[in-house]
Amino acid sequence: MITVENLHKSFDDAHILKGISTTFESGKTNLIIGQSGSGKTVFLKSLLGLHTPDQGIISYNDRPYDKMSVDERIGLRQEMGMVFQGSALFDSMTVEQNVMFPLRMFTSQSKEEMLERVNFVLKRVNLVDANKKLPAEISGGMQKRVAIARAIVNRPRYLFCDEPNSGLDPKTAIVIDNLISEITTEYGITTVINTHDMNSVMEIGEKIVFLRKGLKEWEGSNKEIFKTDNEAVTDFVYSSELFKKVRQMYIEERN
Amino acid sequence: MNYLHAIGSYFLMIKNVFYKPTKWSITRDLIFKEIEDLIYDSMGIVIFISFFIGGVVAIQTALNIDNPLIPRYLVGFATRQSVILEFAPTFTSIIMAGKMGSYITSSIGTMRVTEQIDALEVMGINPINYLVFPKLVALMLFPFMVATSMFLGILGGWAASVYGGYSTSADFIQGITSDFIPFHVTYAFIKSIVFAFILATIPSYHGYFMKGGALEVGKSSTTAFVWTSIAIILLNYLVTQLLLG
Repeated sequence: MITVENLHKSFDDAHILKGISTTFESGKTNLIIGQSGSGKTVFLKSLLGLHTPDQGIISYNDRPYDKMSVDERIGLRQEMGMVFQGSALFDSMTVEQNVMFPLRMFTSQSKEEMLERVNFVLKRVNLVDANKKLPAEISGGMQKRVAIARAIVNRPRYLFCDEPNSGLDPKTAIVIDNLISEITTEYGITTVINTHDMNSVMEIGEKIVFLRKGLKEWEGSNKEIFKTDNEAVTDFVYSSELFKKVRQMYIEERN
Repeated sequence: MNYLHAIGSYFLMIKNVFYKPTKWSITRDLIFKEIEDLIYDSMGIVIFISFFIGGVVAIQTALNIDNPLIPRYLVGFATRQSVILEFAPTFTSIIMAGKMGSYITSSIGTMRVTEQIDALEVMGINPINYLVFPKLVALMLFPFMVATSMFLGILGGWAASVYGGYSTSADFIQGITSDFIPFHVTYAFIKSIVFAFILATIPSYHGYFMKGGALEVGKSSTTAFVWTSIAIILLNYLVTQLLLG
């Protein structure tokens, strides 16, 4: 579980995060949504420890980050997995080497043990026969799977995903969403996903935090988002005609 | 003000190169890879340039000796001194600032643009140690490259002198063995170690702290080459003054 209390972050004169408080629960897919410039990425990077908050507390399983020693922070980083928007695979390494990297770095397992674990997670993300390929030789969807495999290979307690669906076709995007959701439930990970994708919101948003101009405007689940009267949320989530019709049908059905 | 900030950031980066080291088994593999990429892959160009520049130095020296009182062995002597003192350590370093420097800046810069450095940081790895330390260790073999350049420069001078008819083989060999001061070789190796440090760190700094996209990777490589060359020239003067002045 990750708890955020009154988080503030500024860059020079720009006040990006203006006192965000929320909780991300374990075993759930937590989504951060909001328009471009709403502070989503800064929020996610603050959760990752890549930005130091100006004010506020971020606690990981009741361990406040600002009270941790350097070694504890390094230990915490090793409990985190991250799927970057562009996958961020090491392009000089093969798929297998990429996924094995956290194991080589942080465990003392033998090569055979590491290989067994790598093959297990690659199979888990439905990626077979790609072990010896370089990232440049596989598709964007496959790269995302490799990134997920690398993020979960060392059994993280926290999984962060920045726009995991960007650049993917709708079908592959749903496959990736479902994969992240399944892994979250299966391993009891605290997953936080930064997304623009409304399909993800509807499909896997067990907890949704909507940011607007650096403030938490709304939070709830994908079921509650249908019912909300918050104008900013409905304007953002139902911006397309298709989603407007879906919502209308849902409301009519309920009435 | 920006220059002061950059110099400060550079020295902080140097401090971080030795802070929180990466696991040795991984660092060892990276060092071997960097030796291959930076040293082994650069040997061809060093061999080619050294041989022919040595030849040119010998020919130009010979053509400028028109006084019959000046002994012909001076061709060998001048070639040896030029190659050992300046050409092999300094000229090779400037060439490597272009070849290795642009490789280092563009490879680290691309990792920055594609969030690979962020990925290292999120994993709890010190990216500066992971990326720069193996390059620094690999470049401690730079004096070997300089030694090769010295040998081939003098060999090129001998070939040009003898086969071009500017000097006899005996005269040339007498020249390269006359008044030899072994400290000059030590001085050249000390310089090459200093330059190796510059070659590893300044391009790494420009790659690591670059901002923007693919276009900026190219611009950073050019900037890195310019600043690496300037640093080499300035340190060349300083070290020469300190050791030979």
